[in-house]
Amino acid sequence: MGFASYSTELPPELAKMRDEVLAYARGYGLDPFETIFEMVDYEQVNALAAQGGFPVRYPHWRFGMEYDQLSKSYEYGLQKIYEMVINTDPSYAYLLKSNAMTDQKTVMAHVYGHTDFFKNNAWFSKTNRKMLDAMANHAVRIRNYMDKYGQDKVENFIDRCLALENLIDPYAPFSPRARAEDENAVKPDVQAEEPGRLRSPRDYLEKYINPPEFLEAQRKKAEEAAKKAKKIPSEPQKDILAFLLEYAPIEAWEHDVLSIIRDEAYYFAPQGMTKIMNEGWASYWHARIMVEKAMKDSELTHFADHNAGILAMQPGKINPYKIGVELFHDIEDRWNRGKFGKEYDDCENMQLKAKWDRNLGLGQKKIFEVRQACNDVTFIDEYLTEEFAERMKLYTYAFNRRTNQYEIADRDYRKVKEKLLFQLSNRGQPYVYVTDGNYQNKGELLLWHKHLGLDLDVKFSRETMKALSEIWRRPVNVETEVDGQKKLYTYQTGEFTEKFL
Amino acid sequence: MTHGELIGRKGKDTVSIPVPQIDIPNFRYGDKEQGGAGQGDGKPGDPIGQGNEQGGEGEAGNQSGEHMIEVDLTLQELAEILGEQLELPKIEPRGHKTLRSKTDKYSGIASQGPNSLRHFKRTFKEALRRQISTGTYDPSNPVIIPIKRDQRFRSWKADVRNENSAVIIYMMDVSGSMGDEQKEIVRTEAFWIDTWLRSQYKGIETRYIIHDATAREVDEQTFFRTRESGGTLISSAYKLCEKIIQSEYPPQDWNIYPFHFSDGDNWSGEDTRFCMEILEKSLLPICNVFCYGQVESRYGSGQFYKDLKEFFGPEHDDVILSKIENKEGILQSIKEFLGKGK
Repeated sequence: MGFASYSTELPPELAKMRDEVLAYARGYGLDPFETIFEMVDYEQVNALAAQGGFPVRYPHWRFGMEYDQLSKSYEYGLQKIYEMVINTDPSYAYLLKSNAMTDQKTVMAHVYGHTDFFKNNAWFSKTNRKMLDAMANHAVRIRNYMDKYGQDKVENFIDRCLALENLIDPYAPFSPRARAEDENAVKPDVQAEEPGRLRSPRDYLEKYINPPEFLEAQRKKAEEAAKKAKKIPSEPQKDILAFLLEYAPIEAWEHDVLSIIRDEAYYFAPQGMTKIMNEGWASYWHARIMVEKAMKDSELTHFADHNAGILAMQPGKINPYKIGVELFHDIEDRWNRGKFGKEYDDCENMQLKAKWDRNLGLGQKKIFEVRQACNDVTFIDEYLTEEFAERMKLYTYAFNRRTNQYEIADRDYRKVKEKLLFQLSNRGQPYVYVTDGNYQNKGELLLWHKHLGLDLDVKFSRETMKALSEIWRRPVNVETEVDGQKKLYTYQTGEFTEKFL
Repeated sequence: MTHGELIGRKGKDTVSIPVPQIDIPNFRYGDKEQGGAGQGDGKPGDPIGQGNEQGGEGEAGNQSGEHMIEVDLTLQELAEILGEQLELPKIEPRGHKTLRSKTDKYSGIASQGPNSLRHFKRTFKEALRRQISTGTYDPSNPVIIPIKRDQRFRSWKADVRNENSAVIIYMMDVSGSMGDEQKEIVRTEAFWIDTWLRSQYKGIETRYIIHDATAREVDEQTFFRTRESGGTLISSAYKLCEKIIQSEYPPQDWNIYPFHFSDGDNWSGEDTRFCMEILEKSLLPICNVFCYGQVESRYGSGQFYKDLKEFFGPEHDDVILSKIENKEGILQSIKEFLGKGK
C-alpha cells in the first residue's frame, strides 16, 4: 500500500475550525498533545485502520485481511470509520474527507479528548510517544530479515509470535521490581557450609543458639531455596514473551522479531486497558464542546443524530462510548452534589439520597482526577454504583444450552459489576503464566493457566501451544482446569495430548 | 479459520457468502461459556439472541470490532462454481418447451426514437455520408453537423424463447427427531440444489411441504423454521406431493424434481409399503428423478433409506438416495443427487 501520495493538508476552513475547537478544549482545561489532522479518503482510512493507525508497519498478511474486511464493510455500508487517532507526540488524527462539516467538528473535539487522555492518563505514561518512528524502524528491520531469510520464513515466524502476543503483563512497566527480584532470586547462598547458622557470641551458647534441629531446618530451607532458584523462572512469570526472549533457543533475527512483537504489544496494551474510559472521555468532551460552544443552530439535528448513533446500545453488548460517557457524567454529578463519602453511603433514606445536594461543585475536578489515575478496571470498580447500573439497565447474560440462546441472567448490580470487571481485567483474556522452563528436567516448557471459573478454548489452546513449541523447540505443557478437574495439556512434535492430573 | 454460515442473505440475483476469516490463535476462553454484561430492557430469562455482531453507525475507534464480512456473487456464478467443483453434467431436459420467456434486446437501429437512446456514432456516420454525397464535407475542416434525418436510435426487439420449465418440490420431515442441526443441513442442501437447477432451467418453481404425521404445504420461511413434534407418516407428504403435481404441473410440460429429506424414521412398515406404492405407481412415472436425502440424526433409525434401497434396487436409476452425515457431507450428497444429469 502506498502512502506517499497523501495530500493531507487541512483546508483553510477546517484549519480554522481546528483552532476554534482547540481553543474551546483548552478553555475547559483539557491539555492535549499537539494534534496533527490529516485528511484521508475512505480507502486510506481503511488502510491506516488495518495497520492500527500507523502508515508504516512491517509486512504481514493480516493487515491485508483487515483492510479487506474494513473496505468491504465500508462499501456495503456496514461500518464507517469517522475518525482515528494514534497515541504519539505529536498525535496524528485522521479525518475522513467525505464527512460533513458538522461531523468534522465533532470528530476534532472527540480527538482532542483522546489526545488529552493519551497525554495525561497514567497508564499511557510508559508508552513510546515516538511510536511512529519505532513502527517504521520495525518495518525496516523485518523487511531486511525477509530479504535475507525469505519472506515466508519470516512471516511464518511472525504468525507464531502473534499467537503469543497477548502473553504479556501490562502492569509490568509500572513495577520495576519484577525484574530485579528475579535476578536476586537466582543466587541465594547455596554453597555455604552450614547455611543459616547464627553467630554465637560465646562458645558455650552455641548449642542453645544453634541446636541441631534448628540447623537441620535451616539446611532444608536453604535446599528448598536452592531448588527454587534452579527453577526458571523462580516465580510464575506472566510476561511469557520476555521469558522466551531470555531463554528460548532462537536465532538472533527471531529474537529481534519477537522483541518487536512484544514492544508493539506493550504499546497497544494501555488502549485495551482504557477502552471505556478513553472513549467515554472523548465522547464527554465532544458533546460538551459541541453543545456548549462550537455548534451552530443549523447543525443541531445532524449532530444529535450522529451522537445518538455513537451512543446507541445493542442487546448483549456494552457500548464503551455509552457506558464511559454516562459514568463520567454520573461522577461529575455525584461530586458536584457531594453524593459520596461515609455520610452519603450510610444514609438509608432513598428519597434523601436521590435529592442529596451539598453544593460542593467538585465534579469537574473529580473527573479530571479520574481520567488521570484510572483504567477501565478501577474506573468501573470504584465508580459504578447500584443506581447507575439500574439507570443504564445493565444486566448479565449467559448462554443457555437448552435453548441454544443467550439469555439475560441477572440484574443485580454486584453481579453485573463482577462480570464487567472480569471481562475487563487482563482484557478479558485468561491469565497464563510460565512456571517452569525445565519441566521434568527435560527442557520442556510448563505454563500455568490460573483458572478463574472459565475453561480455556481447547482448539485455540492447541494452536497456540503449537506456535509456542515451535519457538521453544521443545514440548510445551499447560496446566489448566476443565470442568473443575485439573488437567495437563501437552503439545509435542505435532501431537496434542491431555491428561488429568 | 472462522467459518460463517454458508449462505447469508439472498438478494434478487445475488447471494452473500460470509468470507472465512483466519483467526490468529491465542489462549482464550471458550466462547459460549463466557456470557457477559449487556444493556437494555428485559427480564431475567429473556433471550437476547446471538447478539448483533455488527457495530452500528458509530465512530469506530482505533480498534475494529468483530464483524462478519460477505462477498457477493451472482447466482449464475455460484452455480458455475458448483457445477465445476462437482463436475455436474448439464441436465437434458425433457418435455415440450412450453414456457415462453420474453426479453428485450437492443439489437437494431431505427430512425425514430427517444433522445436518450440516440446512437451518436451512427448519427454522425449518417451525417458524414450525407455531407460527402452532397459535397458539403471539407476534409481540411472536418465539421460534421447532423440534421434531424441523420439521427439514428437504438431499437430493441423482443426476443421470445421457449424454455423448459421445472418444479422442485421439497419435502421435509419436521417431527421431533429433526433438530436444528439437521434442518440447517437441509436448508443448505436445498439452497445449492435450487441454485444448480435454476442455472439449468429458465423458469423454475419451488414448492415446500412439511410433514410429521400429516403433511401441509408451507412457504419457504416456514419450511426451514418449523419444528413439530409427534410421529412421522411419510406417505402423507408423498400424497400431497402427488396432488400438487397432478393439479398444477402436467408432467408433459414440466420437469419435476421431488426432494425428500428425513432422518429415516417412519411410523410403521405399513406406511412405508404405502410410500413405495405411491412412489412406484404415481410419482416415478411423472418425475425426472426422485431424490431422498437422509440426514443423520441421533434419534432416527435410518430405516427408510434401507427400505427404499431394498425396494427399488440399483436398476431404478430415477430414485436417488443419499445419506448426509454432517455438514461436510452436503457437497457429496448434492453430487449424488445431481450427478446423473437428469
